[in-house]
Amino acid sequence: MSHSAPVRPAAGGAIGAIAALLEHRTGQQIAASRAWRLETSLKPLLRGLGFASLDDLVAALAMSTDGRLAEQVVDLLLNQETSFFRDTLVLEMVADAIAARRAATPGRRLRIWSSGCSTGQEPLSLAMLLEERGLGPNAVDLVATDVSGAAITRARAGRFSQFEIQRGLSVLRMMRWFESDDFDWVARSELLRRVQFRRQNLVSDPAPPGQFDLVLCRNVLLYFPSDVRRAVFERLAGALRDDGLLVLGAGETVIGQTGRFAPTPAWRGLYTRTPAAR
Amino acid sequence: MKTCLVVDDSKVIRKVARHILETLDFEVREAGDGREALDSCMAAAPDVILLDWNMPVMSGMEFLRALRESDIAAKPKVVFCTTENGMAYIRAAIEAGADEYVMKPFDRETLESKLQIVGVA
Ligand SMILES: C[S@@+](CC[C@H](N)C(=O)[O-])C[C@H]1O[C@@H](n2cnc3c(N)ncnc32)[C@H](O)[C@@H]1O
Repeated sequence: MSHSAPVRPAAGGAIGAIAALLEHRTGQQIAASRAWRLETSLKPLLRGLGFASLDDLVAALAMSTDGRLAEQVVDLLLNQETSFFRDTLVLEMVADAIAARRAATPGRRLRIWSSGCSTGQEPLSLAMLLEERGLGPNAVDLVATDVSGAAITRARAGRFSQFEIQRGLSVLRMMRWFESDDFDWVARSELLRRVQFRRQNLVSDPAPPGQFDLVLCRNVLLYFPSDVRRAVFERLAGALRDDGLLVLGAGETVIGQTGRFAPTPAWRGLYTRTPAAR
Repeated sequence: MKTCLVVDDSKVIRKVARHILETLDFEVREAGDGREALDSCMAAAPDVILLDWNMPVMSGMEFLRALRESDIAAKPKVVFCTTENGMAYIRAAIEAGADEYVMKPFDRETLESKLQIVGVA
């Protein structure tokens, strides 16, 4: 889980200042090799505000008092790439693990937290899978969070473009769970209702209340510096039950990152809290 | 190497689809309408067919029905690929035996994910 050196504030006036803003607000660092993207991502905002350059934006950020401009900037810079059924096999395993747990403790309502859920495809995919296994709202609670207010607003609306709906989602599931509206596809309320979306910053906000059976934190930690990553693992561990499971992205691992979690033999690729951490 | 038959009356769409499919390691064959596609399938069944809806001579729907009734032994997977994006069309295609459905315009990710869903990529 390492990436090329991050942009440092000293790296260059405006770009450095904006990278620092992003890191301060979300913990996310921008790899120096991707710094050029920053200007591309912000171009529409610059144009909309009539700014000629990033320097103008940085000046406006310095003068702004309500933080709204900073929030817009951060939203544009966060990598929110996601899709339905991203890594299908992992999500299937998550559903299997939850089904097994439900069978072992039938009376208990299980709880799942999708952290860094972006525009909602991850928790909605899980909700579909769980329904298909007969695990409805009485069996499992789903909470999904993201630092980006814009992403959470979109997730709550459950509205997806034709491109988004076709990425990873089978036509049968699309027909079962979505309705078409012009060129968009909108999640049916029975699906959308399954997920409680809220805004939460993994770095600076407490975890959603209560204890979870399973937490997903997929493709979020990648651009955190290692100390922030360690602190986030700590927070995730604190949100899990003693026997809770952690799910990371396909290219991510806890190994060498934290002592709080270890791979679980029962579910390949999933992690449990280590005994020492309890 | 898996074979994909691209059935579309637009040469441009066939070219775009071919390009994407070749990067996904498919051997690509082309047909300009349903009739040509049927002949092509009779000669050698592909693994998967990317099928347009509105075409001269024989439409995608007519082709699909003929294919499902034919005695071609190894039935290829059929992925509709069309500008028809209403639920009624989609439902009709699935009822007629299509395995997947792509609404145009499509990109590489869309095509790749749909081919994965039908189990050929
Ligand atoms: C690349 S997306 C991954 C989405 C989804 N988990 C997946 O794997 O498809 C990363 C998400 O993490 C969110 N994120 C970044 N920093 C965060 C933070 N400090 N707290 C919560 N979410 C954060 C971003 O806004 C973005 O939506």
